[in-house]
Amino acid sequence: MEDIDAIAALQDPVRRRLYEYVVAQGREVGRNEAAEAAGVARTLAAHHLDRLTEVGLLESGSRRLTGRSGPGAGRPAKVYTRARAERAVSLPVRDYRTAAELLAEAAEEAGLDAGLYAAARRRGESLRGSAAPPGGLEEAMEVLAARGYEPHLEGAEGTEGAKGAEEATDAAPCVVRMRNCPFHAVAERFPPLVCGMNLALLEGLLGTDGPVRARMEARPGECCVVVETSKNNRD
Amino acid sequence: MTASPHADHLAQLNVATLRHPLDDPRMAPFVEMLDPVNAAADAAPGFVWRLVEEGTADATGLRPAGEDVIVNLTVWETQEALWDFTYRSGHLEVMRRRREWFERHVEAHLVLWWIPAGHLPTVGEALERLADLRAHGPSPRAFTFTSSYTAVEAARHLRAAPPARPEQAARSARPASATDPAAV
Repeated sequence: MEDIDAIAALQDPVRRRLYEYVVAQGREVGRNEAAEAAGVARTLAAHHLDRLTEVGLLESGSRRLTGRSGPGAGRPAKVYTRARAERAVSLPVRDYRTAAELLAEAAEEAGLDAGLYAAARRRGESLRGSAAPPGGLEEAMEVLAARGYEPHLEGAEGTEGAKGAEEATDAAPCVVRMRNCPFHAVAERFPPLVCGMNLALLEGLLGTDGPVRARMEARPGECCVVVETSKNNRD
Repeated sequence: MTASPHADHLAQLNVATLRHPLDDPRMAPFVEMLDPVNAAADAAPGFVWRLVEEGTADATGLRPAGEDVIVNLTVWETQEALWDFTYRSGHLEVMRRRREWFERHVEAHLVLWWIPAGHLPTVGEALERLADLRAHGPSPRAFTFTSSYTAVEAARHLRAAPPARPEQAARSARPASATDPAAV
C-alpha cells in the first residue's frame, strides 16, 4: 500500500474520527467502544476500522475483552491498535529522513552531542518565543500536543509514587508522558544522541526554571521524556 | 534466573575509557547511577546475567582492557530485550551523558554475539569478539545493533566458515596498556 493511499483513507471524516480515537488510547480498542466514541453504528465502525487496517494505518487482532479466559469467557472480539509503520508524503518528493540520518551519523562519529543539545535548546527557546514557560501540566500538554508528542497524564508509578502522594497532599502526583516521539525513526538509530537532542529541545520549549520541567525517563514504546511539576515550585 | 525457552542467548560487551578516575568528583553522577541502573538491569525482562567482580556489585573494578577502561559484559534472552534496557530504561540517561564521563571511541566500543543458552562468556572471549568486529567489521560472529544477525544466521555462518584467525584480529588492534593482546 502506498503512503498516499493510506493518508487518503483519512479523508473520510468518520474514518478519521475512528483512527484518532484508536491511536489516542494507546491500547487495543474493540469495535463497540470505537463506534460509541465516534458516534456511529457498530457495523459502520467495523467497516471503517477494517478499511484502516487494510491500508496499514491500524493493526487488528483478536482478544477476549472480558479479560477472562477458558470456557465460558466468551468469543474473542476484534481489536485495533495503531500500526507501527509511519507514513509520510511530500510533493514533490523530498527525503529529509535520509538527510537526518546522515547528519546524525556524522554527529555521532564526531561526538558532537553537546553542540547538538545546545542547538536544540536554543530552538526550543525560539519556538516558545516571548511566551512564558507553561504554568502547569495542562498548559504544557497543549504545547506538546501542538508539536505532535501526543501527551497524556499518568499517575506516579509504584510504591515510590504512593510515598510521594502522602507528602504532596495539594496535588495528585502526576507526570505527563508522551505516546509519540516526533523523531522516532532517527531516535531508534541513534538513541543517546537524538533522545538527548529531544530532551534539550523540550527543556528549551518548557523552560528549566519554570513551573514544569522535562526529565528523561525512557520506557519502551513511548517518548523518552516525562514532564512534571518542578519540585522547587512547591515551596 | 529461571529456565529460558531460548536456545541461544545474546552476549554484549561494551568498553568505555574513563575521562577521570572513578573517585574523581566529576565522575560522581555516573557512580551514583551505577547501583540503580544495575538493579534495573537485573530486573529487566529478558536479562540473564552480567559480569560482576567477586565481592562487589559491579565490574567497574575489573580492568581487563586497560587501566582506565571499564567493561560491561552481559547476557540477554533476545536482542529486543537488550535494546529496550539499553535505550528505553534509566540506562538511557547514562548514555545521554556519556561524553561527560567517557572518551569518545574511534573504533567500535560495543559488540554483540550469540552464545548457547547456559554458557557464560569470559572476559577474554568477549574481548576477542570486540577485536573481531574492529578488524573485520560486523559479521554473524561479532556485530552491533545497527548491523545485527539472528541466532539462525550466526549458526549457519559458523557451519559455513571457520572463525577469523586471531592474528588477523590482533593486527588492527591499537597498542594499549592491555595485557590481553586482543584488548584495545
